Amino acid sequence: MNRLIFRKIVNGVMLFLTALCTLATVSVLFLILGYLVYNGGKSIDWNFLTKLPLPPGEVGGGMANAIVGSATMVGLAALIGLPVGFLGGIYLAEFGGKTFAFAVRYMADLLNGVPSIVIGIFAWGIAVKPMHGYSALAGAFALSLMLIPISLRTTEQFLLTVPRSLREGALALGAPKWRVISSVVVPAAMRGILTGMILGVARVAGECAPLLFTALNNNFWARRLTEPTAALPIMIYRRAIAPYDDWHRQAWAAGLVLIAMVLVTNIAARYLLSRGISVQKG
Amino acid sequence: MSAPAVVTKSARSRRIWYGLQTGDEVAHLVTFLFAACILLLTAFLVWELWVQSAESRAKFGFHFLFTSNWDPVSGDFGALPFIYGTVVTSVVALIISIPLGVGAAIFLAELAPPRLSSACTFLVELLAAIPSVIYGLLALFTLIPLMRSYGEPFLKKTLGFLPFFDGPAYGVGYLSAGMILAVMTFPFVIAISRESLMEVPRDQREAALALGATRWEATFLVVLPYARLGILGSIFLGLARALGETMAVTMVIGNDPAIHASLLAPGYTIASVIANEFAEAGSSLHTSALIEMGLVLFFVTIVVNALARLLVLATSRKGTAQSS
Amino acid sequence: MNMSMKIVLATMAAGALVGTAAAQSLNGAGATFPAAIYGKWFEEYRKAHPKTEINYQSIGSGGGITQLTAGTVDFGASDAPMTDAEIAKLKVRPLHFPTVLGADVITYNLPVVKQPLKMDSAVVAGIYMMKIKKWNDPAIAKLNPGVKLPGDDIVVVHRSEGSGTTYIFTEYLTKTSPEWAKGPGTSKQPKWPGGLGAQGNEAVAGMVKQTPGAIGYVELGYVLQNHMQSALLKNAEGEFVEATTASVTAAAAAAAKTMPADFRVSITDAKGKGAYPAASFTWLLIPSKIQDPAKKAAIVDFLKWMLTTGQQYCANLGFAPLPKSVVDLETKQISQVQ
Repeated sequence: MNRLIFRKIVNGVMLFLTALCTLATVSVLFLILGYLVYNGGKSIDWNFLTKLPLPPGEVGGGMANAIVGSATMVGLAALIGLPVGFLGGIYLAEFGGKTFAFAVRYMADLLNGVPSIVIGIFAWGIAVKPMHGYSALAGAFALSLMLIPISLRTTEQFLLTVPRSLREGALALGAPKWRVISSVVVPAAMRGILTGMILGVARVAGECAPLLFTALNNNFWARRLTEPTAALPIMIYRRAIAPYDDWHRQAWAAGLVLIAMVLVTNIAARYLLSRGISVQKG
Repeated sequence: MSAPAVVTKSARSRRIWYGLQTGDEVAHLVTFLFAACILLLTAFLVWELWVQSAESRAKFGFHFLFTSNWDPVSGDFGALPFIYGTVVTSVVALIISIPLGVGAAIFLAELAPPRLSSACTFLVELLAAIPSVIYGLLALFTLIPLMRSYGEPFLKKTLGFLPFFDGPAYGVGYLSAGMILAVMTFPFVIAISRESLMEVPRDQREAALALGATRWEATFLVVLPYARLGILGSIFLGLARALGETMAVTMVIGNDPAIHASLLAPGYTIASVIANEFAEAGSSLHTSALIEMGLVLFFVTIVVNALARLLVLATSRKGTAQSS
Repeated sequence: MNMSMKIVLATMAAGALVGTAAAQSLNGAGATFPAAIYGKWFEEYRKAHPKTEINYQSIGSGGGITQLTAGTVDFGASDAPMTDAEIAKLKVRPLHFPTVLGADVITYNLPVVKQPLKMDSAVVAGIYMMKIKKWNDPAIAKLNPGVKLPGDDIVVVHRSEGSGTTYIFTEYLTKTSPEWAKGPGTSKQPKWPGGLGAQGNEAVAGMVKQTPGAIGYVELGYVLQNHMQSALLKNAEGEFVEATTASVTAAAAAAAKTMPADFRVSITDAKGKGAYPAASFTWLLIPSKIQDPAKKAAIVDFLKWMLTTGQQYCANLGFAPLPKSVVDLETKQISQVQ
């Protein structure tokens, strides 16, 4: 009898502890968000969104150039990286042979696992050294390298979820294979693919390490793509480690902007995805 | 449409049929080229790292990994302090996140009602989407002051006799870096462990309960061992992330290129030293040494990632095999 | 081509012309020591000359020299004059242009200590060699009789990367402390016996400001702008001098008279009453041959502006203006930029 009560107590305690663990981990998220919203909300103002950075110690500067710079580089990276992964994913799902497809998948996984700072080194060797300068192009190149495996995996994954019957039906109607892919299979999987791509873009938008020695940073507007460019994550880093209280304020505001963008895209993407799946099943 | 053309089998129809087929050929070729491009790009990356680190590899050989002198001015480089820092911070991160993460995964997989479970999992997965630099920003202004004023003095008072908690309470250092890394590995450990646990067939659980086990006993003694490969895989995935983390760690590690036993001491990781020194590396040897460390980090994360995927794959195969 | 297409093309061409005419951008990188005043200068210069934008990234003197050598920036900046070996690596000989005078201030974070602490190089060297570990150490107490020093640990903060500010600091210590000279010595990136590393003057100031009990060395401007505490350093005459624009100017007085042609001079541990011992010039590193005529014109114009209008901004930001004799010599050097 004693033994049974002991076991029951252990049961209760352990299960309670696991609930605590969940509470602890989930509450970290709320703490993070709460802090960012509180500190960032206090700090974000019109100046921040529209003005350029001011010299050290002066109050009231902004990060307009960093917002535009980030948008430019992420946009460019998406333009380069997403189609490459997309078309590669089509190959793997629709045409792939055994060994070549395995090799491509393996290499893409490898690329995905590369630490972002190492991606920065590679981009530096390819884009900064030969061009003798830091540029938005180099930064965009580094970011696109991170988008390629995400786009590839997402495309292949969702193309494979399209039922064979859809493909076979189209083929039976006499459509050539490329037509089947472009008009039937891809549109059916598009919702999932887009979700994955959007999530990937949201992820690279927050990356800082690969930009440190590719885009460097800029206190003014970058007039050409071949000039050093400001980016939000770099600005956050530089402002946070500095002593000026106004700069800390700006770092919080930038953090809020970044996290808002990341969270909104994540939530929207998942919502899209969950709706898509139910539509497909029905 | 081509159907009538095929049926008549005239020369003209064959040409149309051939033309349509080359559409396929084109599609095949184009997508093949892009897939090949990805393969070549990755191979090129590895090759570039290998070549750019040649100067350092030639000069120091394997000793590079075991010497701790980092002296850019005199041109002597050793990677040991950085490897040590990377390993220690990751281990600290895992020590914190494994119990918390697996515990949370157990709760979410076994005990929580399905809606709560998916809602909480979604929230935890959002932690993975938060950029590293924002973790650093938060750590710098919230975690560090707390650790410096309360956390570390408390540890020194209670566990100060251990060499791990020796020295001044800087606030920054291995421990704080490990803590922030732990938060960054939560999503991996929790989400994937939960999936592994959920893949364990119901009959296993039910058999244990039928034999009179409490829920905890059924979970701990039956379900957990069954899913252990997947849980291990999730831990490795979290580890792979922690090893490569740059910005959050750079902001809280203290940037001291030396080996310290104490967790309260400042240290340095491979990713941090590259982030701090790459843009201003004076000599080609310095740059080459940094790139060589990048190569080391790359290989380690590849191996850890590969192991992780194997483990996760093994569990899901085992799960589907048994339940069918 | 119809009329509307012609209009569109003409507008685009005009826009492109206006675009290129409107913006000449230069990129520079280097020392964080003068970052506050360089930031001010480049902002004010842009207001006066809207066509020129000079983007300066403070990544450390070591970084400035590296980037200049790699050709990834148009000019560099350093508080440590380039060595002959470093100059030899450049394809185009760099010209050193002193811009301002500044001081490495020993700053610390001890809210309970109200008056400035007196320190000499033995104490500073002892702290940075991790031999003096607590604030109430006898060595510090001896120099500051009557001051109640807390028993807290000293948190040493230094630079993590190659830094001209470090060069000035270590040169001062090497000249005045035999122990330091035997140990780490003078260097942009010495082997620190311990302590926390921070990236840039900014992060050292940031770290000291946020960490009670911390000590660091930063340029005077950062101390003034952030209302941080600073120590009085013992100079060659035995006086305990506060870092001010006056004491920095006094340190440069002797050197101004005997300035070498390449402007590479050290004024640490300078003789003379009221001279601050850890003061230094800081230099812009300009290539002696610039290919692009527009860039050359912009740089030359900026240098002239810097030597005249620019010097007015010094005092507010914690720097001392260049002595007149130096300004005259530099104006002559501008003609060497081809």
